[in-house]
Amino acid sequence: MAEPLKYPFTGPAPLEPPAEWAELRSKCPVAAVSLPSGDTAQLLTRYADVKQVLSDPRFPRASAGSARVADTESGGLFNTDMAQAMPQEGEAHQQWRRLITKWFTIKRMRALRPRIEAMADQLVDGMLAQGAPADLKAAFGFPLPVWVICDMLGVPDTDRDRFAHWSDTMLSLTRYTQAEMDAAAAEFVTYMRGHVEAKRAQPGDDLLSDLIAAGSLSDAVLIYTGQGLLVAGHETTANMIGKMIAMLLADRSRWEALLADGSLLASTVEEALRVDANPGLGMVRYLTTDLDLADGQHLPAGTTVMCSMGAANRDENVYTDAATMDLTRTPNPHLAFGSGPHSCIGQSLARTELQVALEVLLRRLPGLSLAVTPDELQRVEGLAVGGLREVPVRW
Amino acid sequence: MLIDQGKCVAAGSCVMAAEAVFDQRDEDGVVVLLNPDPGADLAEDVREAAAVCPAQAITVKD
Repeated sequence: MAEPLKYPFTGPAPLEPPAEWAELRSKCPVAAVSLPSGDTAQLLTRYADVKQVLSDPRFPRASAGSARVADTESGGLFNTDMAQAMPQEGEAHQQWRRLITKWFTIKRMRALRPRIEAMADQLVDGMLAQGAPADLKAAFGFPLPVWVICDMLGVPDTDRDRFAHWSDTMLSLTRYTQAEMDAAAAEFVTYMRGHVEAKRAQPGDDLLSDLIAAGSLSDAVLIYTGQGLLVAGHETTANMIGKMIAMLLADRSRWEALLADGSLLASTVEEALRVDANPGLGMVRYLTTDLDLADGQHLPAGTTVMCSMGAANRDENVYTDAATMDLTRTPNPHLAFGSGPHSCIGQSLARTELQVALEVLLRRLPGLSLAVTPDELQRVEGLAVGGLREVPVRW
Repeated sequence: MLIDQGKCVAAGSCVMAAEAVFDQRDEDGVVVLLNPDPGADLAEDVREAAAVCPAQAITVKD
């Protein structure tokens, strides 16, 4: 048997996908890969296979027997106490989930939108005050989603920076030591325990107060829910803002197309999510029973599967000109937010943030351009979420 | 057209694709059908809603 491929893969250039994606999709749709932990998983790269596994409600994200992702002792975010304590499957998971999804309806997103826009405008004001060039990621993309999450959790503005630090540390695969990750998680849990108590004493108009009022969740689940929303909703969206703007500026005709036609905004966001060449690892599933994939491949029970949504999103069997970024592509059933019962709970918020970020940047900084060549962009390493280290821009 | 509220994950994608046809319950975001028999002018939007639904909770019959 061949040696497992070392995972994750790296693309030839910062905004280009790894060559392995297309190769494995056509020749080896189930490929043994070695994770950062050293454990082995089976990597899926075809759209149909990734969608099938993610949509199957029988398969949990992790279990005692599944491969560990990270090289730290605990195996990273997906193997933490948090992942183990939360309702993971079936009825209990759906009940928990539906307490949260109340806060992510399209109606709520529309109501939240002006607040997000005001935050984005405030961040652009800061960029203008500092002057060009600026790092769009540090000045704009990184703060925006953490401000929004703090707002939803009812966390005061003055604690936003601490939240940003905690989420950065807790999502680490290799960048921080186990001691640093443990310390961040412990600080966060202490903070959240106090925050839950404060909200119980004096409820506000926020998600956490609402969950407390629902009465059915233990303090541990409340705290982990806050932690989950932070780590799931911060780094992912922050990086995606940076990557989306970098993609649009790397070929500036895209930016100009958007300046000329604002109706492309929503489809542009979806297409940026689809063609993202650095989406991170993908999603892990642990097979509790044997599984036959639609194209006939057999996977035995006990297999840890790594689903590459990034590779699946460029599957030529699903998308015409799959490698091309087409700002008008509709419908665009990409898998960037996963699929099935565990698909991203905050996807409507992520979409809203990405749309508002793009809209505000187009309006305030129409002359925006990259301050480096696309090849000079540097990728983030050592985080479960892929992204660019900096997005240097001028205007 | 059929919707499966049990499978729905409340992503809201259907509302964004075809808000004349789909809505969400206030209490949990689960899909509600506003118009079970949308006319031909909405057919494309409805097909898009079914295609992008992350829970495959929408079935369109011609």
